Amino acid sequence: MTVPRPHLSFWERLYVPTLLNGFKVTFRHFWRTAVLRRPVTLSYPEEKWVVPEGYRGAPYLVRDQDGRTKCVACQLCEFICPPKAITVHPPGPEVDPATGNVEKRPRDFEIDMLRCIFCGYCQEVCPEEAIFLMKDYALVGQRREDMVYHLDKLLALGGVHLDPVQKWKHKAREAARQETFPVPVPPPQETHAAS
Amino acid sequence: MDWNFLFVSAVKIVVAFSVLMVLVAYVVLIERRLCAAIQDRLGPNRAGPFGLLQPVADAVKAFLKEDFTPAHVRRAYYWAAPAIVMFPAILNLAVIPFGSRLGDQEMVIADLNIGIVYAFGIASLGVYGIVLAGYAANSKYPLLGGLRSGAQMISYEVSMGLAVIPLFMVVGSLNLGDVIASQQGRLPWLPILPNWAVFQNPMLLLSFVIFLGASFAETNRLPFDMPECEQELAGGYNVEYSSIRFALFFMGEYASMILASAILTTLFFGGWTLPVFGLDRVATAWWQGAAQIGIFLAKMMVFILGFIWVRWMLPRFRYDQLMRLGWNRFLPLALANIAATTVWLWIAS
Ligand code: SF4
Ligand code: SF4
Repeated sequence: MTVPRPHLSFWERLYVPTLLNGFKVTFRHFWRTAVLRRPVTLSYPEEKWVVPEGYRGAPYLVRDQDGRTKCVACQLCEFICPPKAITVHPPGPEVDPATGNVEKRPRDFEIDMLRCIFCGYCQEVCPEEAIFLMKDYALVGQRREDMVYHLDKLLALGGVHLDPVQKWKHKAREAARQETFPVPVPPPQETHAAS
Repeated sequence: MDWNFLFVSAVKIVVAFSVLMVLVAYVVLIERRLCAAIQDRLGPNRAGPFGLLQPVADAVKAFLKEDFTPAHVRRAYYWAAPAIVMFPAILNLAVIPFGSRLGDQEMVIADLNIGIVYAFGIASLGVYGIVLAGYAANSKYPLLGGLRSGAQMISYEVSMGLAVIPLFMVVGSLNLGDVIASQQGRLPWLPILPNWAVFQNPMLLLSFVIFLGASFAETNRLPFDMPECEQELAGGYNVEYSSIRFALFFMGEYASMILASAILTTLFFGGWTLPVFGLDRVATAWWQGAAQIGIFLAKMMVFILGFIWVRWMLPRFRYDQLMRLGWNRFLPLALANIAATTVWLWIAS
């Protein structure tokens, strides 16, 4: 295949217009950066980037306004996570004294930030709106173990997320009602099988 | 044996060499900051105020890195090549008149009567280092880079040598001091401009253009950096080098760029002269001598900035374009230029 070459005039073949154009472009950038001091880069540790809404940073766990861990240890996020960054340790028999035995909660929750690819699937799949990708993008640790975030750290970093529904309160009331309501036990029926 | 002469020469050599090395270090920094600005970034500004200690950091890094010698290289050549790249630039320093007089000393290390021939002769040795590095590395990309540089530098040397002949026909001497002496004062036909060779007549302007183009090729700077070609040859002749050896290639490139600027200044832009305050005559007072060194360095700096700027402005030529430019354009032009100058001088006389 032959590539058609544009016909250059004598002036263009002298290379002068190219030189001038090149100088114009480079000088424009030089002027903007060196004289007007408007580089496109940031001097990172001093200047920080304004993280836009909807950015997918590190996933953290949240509490609701009553301070209850929203996660119910359903492990959906653990199963969906593509690089298997999440390990949920489902609860043992102990009950949260603050809320009573209405929902499970994780005994421990690990996210290996070295594995996490910030894909956001965990946030999308969570039925309880308990895990969110936040704005942190520079995670630092000195050892590998430092980069595995556990439940306490995740909750501390995640903060509070207002929950308009607070399903667990409703459930607690229901549970309480179930415990106090005298459930009628049907009297033993006589059988007429023999007759 | 004239001990005074020996001592003074030794001092001049040491000072000129250290100035060259400091210039190399800071030209690298200037290049990095300038290219950063052209690319909308800031460049290295963390080491010291405005990044002024960056060359120190670079040097420490270059020395501390592992000096790795790949198993397949041809050792003797491999070890010799970086030094050979470095030394033409240093040797050429000897004939550059970087000032007129300071006290009663001439500000040139060796006032040769064949100055420019010496300079060309030494500069053409620069190609050996690169070809040798390409050969010594014993692998494909360096060899290609070395071959290209061999072809390129030899081709352009021809046009470069022919391009300056008109200048010496006009001046009538090969001594760089005489060349400068012929550029004193102001232009006879336009007295606001200094009487520098580029402005003297159109032939010398053409000489300058050809010489400038050939200098880019000789110093392996973009748009003629065929031997390196980061994109196609992954760095070319220096691929197999690491640590301080690699740094030597790097410094050699910058040193030859500085030397090319010095020669351009001397030949076409009046060297240390400036036609104000009598600074175009051989200095009689200390301040004049010092000011002339400053003038020389400033003019040289302008050329260095030009070299740097062009690198970030123009894309690389294709290899055949480069060769065609050298043999089909520059060479005939330079020859025609010699003829034109002959006619001009004949009519003028
Ligand atoms: S963001 Fe993606 S990778 Fe990271 S924990 Fe959630 S599901 Fe796993
Ligand atoms: S974070 Fe959400 S999806 Fe993951 S275990 Fe807890 S409730 Fe389930």
